Amino acid sequence: MLPPNRQQLGLIKAGLFLLALIPLARLLWLGMHDDLGANPIEFIERSTGTWALVILLVTLSFTPLRLLTGTAWPVQLRRMAGLFMFFYACLHITTYVWLDHWFDWQEIAKDIIKHPYVLVGFAAFMLSIPLALTSSNAMIKRLRQRWKPLHRLVYLVAIFAVLHFWWLVKKDITEPMLYALVLSVLLAIRVAFTLRKRKGQLV
Amino acid sequence: MLIGKQSDITPSEITPQSVYQDRRQFIKAAGFGLLATAAAGYGLIPNHARAAAEQRKKITGFSKTAYGTDEKLTPYDDVTNYNNYYEFGTSKSDPSEHSKLFKPTPWSVAIEGEVKNPRTVNLEDILKIAPLEERIYRMRCVEGWSMVIPWVGLPMAQLIKWAEPTANAKFVEFVTLDDSLRMPGARVPILDWPYTEGLRMDEAMNPLTILAVGLYGEVLPNQNGAPIRLVVPWKYGFKGAKAIVKIRFRETMPQTTWVKAGPREYGFYANVNPTVDHPRWTQASERRIGGSVFSPRVKTQMFNGYAEQVAHLYSGMDLRKNF
Repeated sequence: MLPPNRQQLGLIKAGLFLLALIPLARLLWLGMHDDLGANPIEFIERSTGTWALVILLVTLSFTPLRLLTGTAWPVQLRRMAGLFMFFYACLHITTYVWLDHWFDWQEIAKDIIKHPYVLVGFAAFMLSIPLALTSSNAMIKRLRQRWKPLHRLVYLVAIFAVLHFWWLVKKDITEPMLYALVLSVLLAIRVAFTLRKRKGQLV
Repeated sequence: MLIGKQSDITPSEITPQSVYQDRRQFIKAAGFGLLATAAAGYGLIPNHARAAAEQRKKITGFSKTAYGTDEKLTPYDDVTNYNNYYEFGTSKSDPSEHSKLFKPTPWSVAIEGEVKNPRTVNLEDILKIAPLEERIYRMRCVEGWSMVIPWVGLPMAQLIKWAEPTANAKFVEFVTLDDSLRMPGARVPILDWPYTEGLRMDEAMNPLTILAVGLYGEVLPNQNGAPIRLVVPWKYGFKGAKAIVKIRFRETMPQTTWVKAGPREYGFYANVNPTVDHPRWTQASERRIGGSVFSPRVKTQMFNGYAEQVAHLYSGMDLRKNF
């Protein structure tokens, strides 16, 4: 399959942009129709958190796709996906700070310090801020060879995000386990290819 | 076909009528259920219409009481669609969706252990032990949310007097239905079935403790623990064993399900206590179900606001250790 030309890539990007807005549109729709369920704040928190995690895993799947199939062009969608992950993470944390805790900073600080699942979630968000801030072409140019090591933080963000979900679940860990599994596969592919490359260089 | 030829189907292979009827009903209901769920999921059917479509039976002849009448009730739809009842699944909507075909009649409860006469009693006869009363109680879930529910039930103390426990009885154990045929969630070994709860004798005798058979003046819906469940309003919701089949009086403290599942996180007492956090999340405040997106959290009260009635049960006890 030929890689898309400039115009086609533009269309694909526009499509992805609209697709990534669907979870937000759904929340707004349900909210306007008073159909967010018995615990609407929990619903919004879970939904934005889940979508941040899903989009993060999508972001992390472009490189394995290239390594496994040689299809490189989707990597051009990675920045947009990463920024949407950050967008949903922002909505998630805004829901937590505003709707859930009404800017009760003292309570929020206590919650972060005392409860590991909140702490890793908070850490994941903090670590994703520099990634979002340095995602522009100008920043890539400015940071040069330091950009790549900085953006490897995304692996830590992903691990923390999965832990955040895992630790908050009361008993049924099926769902976080699925995310952990997908993340492990995505990371394992990278490790396998890196090791192979190193071995090749040694020989 | 030869007349009089013995059938080569053994009696045990014949599907009982009730089972295949149930299956048909199940298939029918599953079909409707799917349609309804899909339609509801797309916002085509509003919540109240969904609830109205379900069968609801009024309870006649219960007396209103003064308990909690100043509280704003959690809407019926929320009380019956946001439940923790792992025998029907682990998500909040599972119990209402997966318990539609559950038939809680006929029902009997075994009274066992340290009692004068161990026996099995029909639900109808339990209802004759004491007149039914309405009790409006706050219900605080260990997960950090709460409701206000108008239960209909009878005081546990009345049942205990009726059961005539011996002097050895120090605890009451509640064993609930474990029927994987009727309860899809019970096929999954997520908890150690049957779900078992327990109270100290004086806790069970406290006037606040009731066995509920209804809510909102109606027969208890399946997803809320039909036909009979425990309500202990000063304790976290998981203490309220649902679909009770055995009440066992014991000399020793029973092993309860959530203590077995996570002894660091859940204790036998499980009294609502804003000063002792769950190891993983806060218990200082709670989300009151039925509010809007802009409703603030509510501060959690000691013993869920029932300290006056129950604090004396725990005087001298370290509630940090006996959580």
